[in-house]
Amino acid sequence: MTPPPATSPVATVSPVAATYRARQMLARAHWAAGAFAGYDQASVLRIAEAVATAAHAQASRYAEWAVKETGFGVAEHKTIKNEACSLGVFERYRHEDFVSPRIDADAKIVSLPRPAGVILALTPSTNPVCSVFFKVILALLTRNAIVISPHPMAKDCCGDAARLLAETATRAGAPDGVISVVEDVTVPLIEALMADPVTSVIVATGGTAVVRAAHRSGNPALGVGPGNVPVLVDATAGLAAAAQLITESKALDNSVLCTNESVLIIEDSVAGKLLREMQRQQAVLLDEPGRDKLRDYLFPDGRLNGEAIGKDAAWIAARAGLRVPPRTRVLLAPFDLVLPEEPFAREKLCPVLGVVQAGSPAGGIEAARAVIRIGGAGHSAAIHSQDPQVIMRFAERVPVLRIAVNAGNSTGSSGLDTNLAPSMTLGTGFAGHSSIGENLEPRHLVNWARVAYNSAPGVPFGDFTQITVGEPPGGPVPAYPLASNLPGAQPSGGNGTGALREQLRALIIEELQQLIKG
Amino acid sequence: MYDYDVFSVESKAEVLAKSREFWNPGKTDFWAETGVDLVIDRRESYFIWDMSGVRLIDVHLNGGTYNLGHRNPELVEAITTGMRSFDIGNHHFPSSARAALAEALIRTAPANLTKVVYGSGGGEAIDIALKTARHATKRRKIISIVRAYHGHTGLAVAAGDDRFSRLFLSDQPDEFIQVPFNDAAAMDSALAAGDVAAVIMETIPATYGFPLPEPGYLEAVKELCERQGTLYIADEVQTGLMRTGEMWAITKHGIEPDILVTGKGLSGGMYPIAAVLVSERCAGWLTEDGFAHMSSFGGAELGCVAALKTLEICSRPETRSMVAYIADLIGSGLRDIQRDYPDWFTGIRQNGVVMGLEFDHPEGAKYVMRHLYRTGVWAIFSTLDPRVLQYKPGPLITPELSEELLERTAAGIGRAYAEVRRSPARSSR
Repeated sequence: MTPPPATSPVATVSPVAATYRARQMLARAHWAAGAFAGYDQASVLRIAEAVATAAHAQASRYAEWAVKETGFGVAEHKTIKNEACSLGVFERYRHEDFVSPRIDADAKIVSLPRPAGVILALTPSTNPVCSVFFKVILALLTRNAIVISPHPMAKDCCGDAARLLAETATRAGAPDGVISVVEDVTVPLIEALMADPVTSVIVATGGTAVVRAAHRSGNPALGVGPGNVPVLVDATAGLAAAAQLITESKALDNSVLCTNESVLIIEDSVAGKLLREMQRQQAVLLDEPGRDKLRDYLFPDGRLNGEAIGKDAAWIAARAGLRVPPRTRVLLAPFDLVLPEEPFAREKLCPVLGVVQAGSPAGGIEAARAVIRIGGAGHSAAIHSQDPQVIMRFAERVPVLRIAVNAGNSTGSSGLDTNLAPSMTLGTGFAGHSSIGENLEPRHLVNWARVAYNSAPGVPFGDFTQITVGEPPGGPVPAYPLASNLPGAQPSGGNGTGALREQLRALIIEELQQLIKG
Repeated sequence: MYDYDVFSVESKAEVLAKSREFWNPGKTDFWAETGVDLVIDRRESYFIWDMSGVRLIDVHLNGGTYNLGHRNPELVEAITTGMRSFDIGNHHFPSSARAALAEALIRTAPANLTKVVYGSGGGEAIDIALKTARHATKRRKIISIVRAYHGHTGLAVAAGDDRFSRLFLSDQPDEFIQVPFNDAAAMDSALAAGDVAAVIMETIPATYGFPLPEPGYLEAVKELCERQGTLYIADEVQTGLMRTGEMWAITKHGIEPDILVTGKGLSGGMYPIAAVLVSERCAGWLTEDGFAHMSSFGGAELGCVAALKTLEICSRPETRSMVAYIADLIGSGLRDIQRDYPDWFTGIRQNGVVMGLEFDHPEGAKYVMRHLYRTGVWAIFSTLDPRVLQYKPGPLITPELSEELLERTAAGIGRAYAEVRRSPARSSR
């Protein structure tokens, strides 16, 4: 009765065939989502915890793998992100129940969670495995199936991670196919998946092109746009702390996060002191010739030089022909005015921080606003200040949706060092062409059906407290398709002859055994 | 006006009249009398449309021919591309397409099967299997089960129920012996003389209404065959290609057949092809006289292209997973329906998406077939046991269509019950 191992015949896979294959992955996920939507909270938590734990245990292995495969970032920092996006995220949400109905007796409303269904998750090359972890755990907590389409530059580490999580989930009782990953991603393939009627929602993290394509697909999309983070330090700020936080945040993962600071704006009166403090943190302030050399290297023909993305500061300095100490963490490139033609005012995806000065907090706020005009609308900004007036004015004027205060932006706006929702997917809202303006969290992947009673005082509300919703799986889901006349298969029911048939079956087996022995 | 480019017809009535006049009056009239006035026009996925425009969900699938759906776009693509390079090919010569398919088939099969012989359809493939067994054993007798069905060619038809052989004076009772299904003792006596070349069995006999082999029965038959030097031929024409959740249903019994026959679904429903997979022990004639069985269309290269793509789709983990989901959902849905009609809908025979629905009336499945037809579902009765409806949802069906299918099925079964209750001919069995 043991099934033989699955085998695969030889077949060449054309791009068209790969697209069909991926669509079938969605079709299978559709079945899995249907089954998963009937699970109870305890089972969901058990599965999500098993997956988060397995992911956490492999955090450093995948961090190293991602750096090796993509050439971006710092393994040690990616390990931190992988840990935060596995058990970190799970712990953050383990007490929030996205499965059980919520009863509001005063309003006479019962809210019933309705999972999205099949999530198509596009994950970026810069935050590859942590994005896989993050989106998978969110999907599991909300009883959704997820199909991951990794960036081609990170397909091996993401594919391996997704398969590990899929196996772990199934072993913990999740429906087969609840997590899957697309191999050999191509543009037509992604477009086909995004437009597929089975896709319930696209969670797109990546470049502007892919996010716009997600929104164009005709399916609901939670897409997030790029960042270009201004950070303002005013005269009231704790300068030593600010210097340390900004330098560390800028150096984090060699600055490939969309939340890494891009342009530092300093109030004139404290500029010298802050920059000296930053130099103590292994940031190197470039002089004008050095700055110009770096600009030529980093923006040949005005465009970002791809080879510098995610590389460390010393490496970039060497390539640009600059002499800096080997342990340099950040290169500080001063310039005068935040204008579109100044390349240092754009997102740089490497540990190069533009620096401008402002005569007053108000001038700094306008400079920050100018940074966002160039890019990063709806994303994030940071401010180091003790003055609520300045902070409020900054928030009012700078069109972003999260402002990290007295924190490094990369860990602040992503919720790791603030009490924002910890997230690898930061909604950029209306200004950033996104349908969400918050950090993506589980609740964005579930709708609630509202059971609303007549509000008239005379109409009583029902007692729903004893009614359970969702069941634990009774075994592997789906069950292996045994022949219906075998023990262990579903009883055919209805005619009440089950016990008799069972006896007959036992007799027949006994006879057959005698026959074979005889 | 129905314009099919190379020909056109005015109306469904014209098709029926010409079918009666030029094609097959018996068949044409049978369906008219049965109340299934179907002339298939459009077809796509698991849907067929009558010329009247009525849409039906197809769970007949011609015995699994349309497993992957009608005109599956992947198959259409593969064959269209294949036509740039291939036609039927010259069967005398080695060919890239035939070699590729043979290799792919062997990789999916139980380990003892090593060579592939091609036919143009299931009947021819069964003939090849039986000839191969006779060559390998130097014995003539073939054992099949009572009410067996293996096709309509010379040896295949002789191995089957005489419903199809006597009319043509093609029954050969001396060499083709039939024993009751699920009766290991009868099989034991039939094999006892040691003069039987092969036992041939469908792993689940389709045309007999998918009676399931009792636990241990097929295993016992295989054991008896081994003891008597008789070969075991697994006819997997209807049960193969992942319908039971494994590529070949026989492997669920842990049996390595000496010969395995596949057809129908292997073609993807697009280009006819059938194949016989044989063990090294049986493959002798392919070396002794490679020209001993010839077939112009056997292993047609376009068919090989269709079959390669079919195998690849069936081999995907996604397909295996979906079959289990579908079997689970539709199986439990049918059990729910059964609870509403316990004395009418008396049994469900199920292995994966191979299903036979039993009704308490000698021709119960004909009633249900007719009412399902009116309710938008096409499923066919079992020719050799009309109590049983063959019900074969496709392995790629969606959850939504499965639910719709169950709703229509419940309605059709209920309406058939109402009609049978009114009819005096009802048997109490």
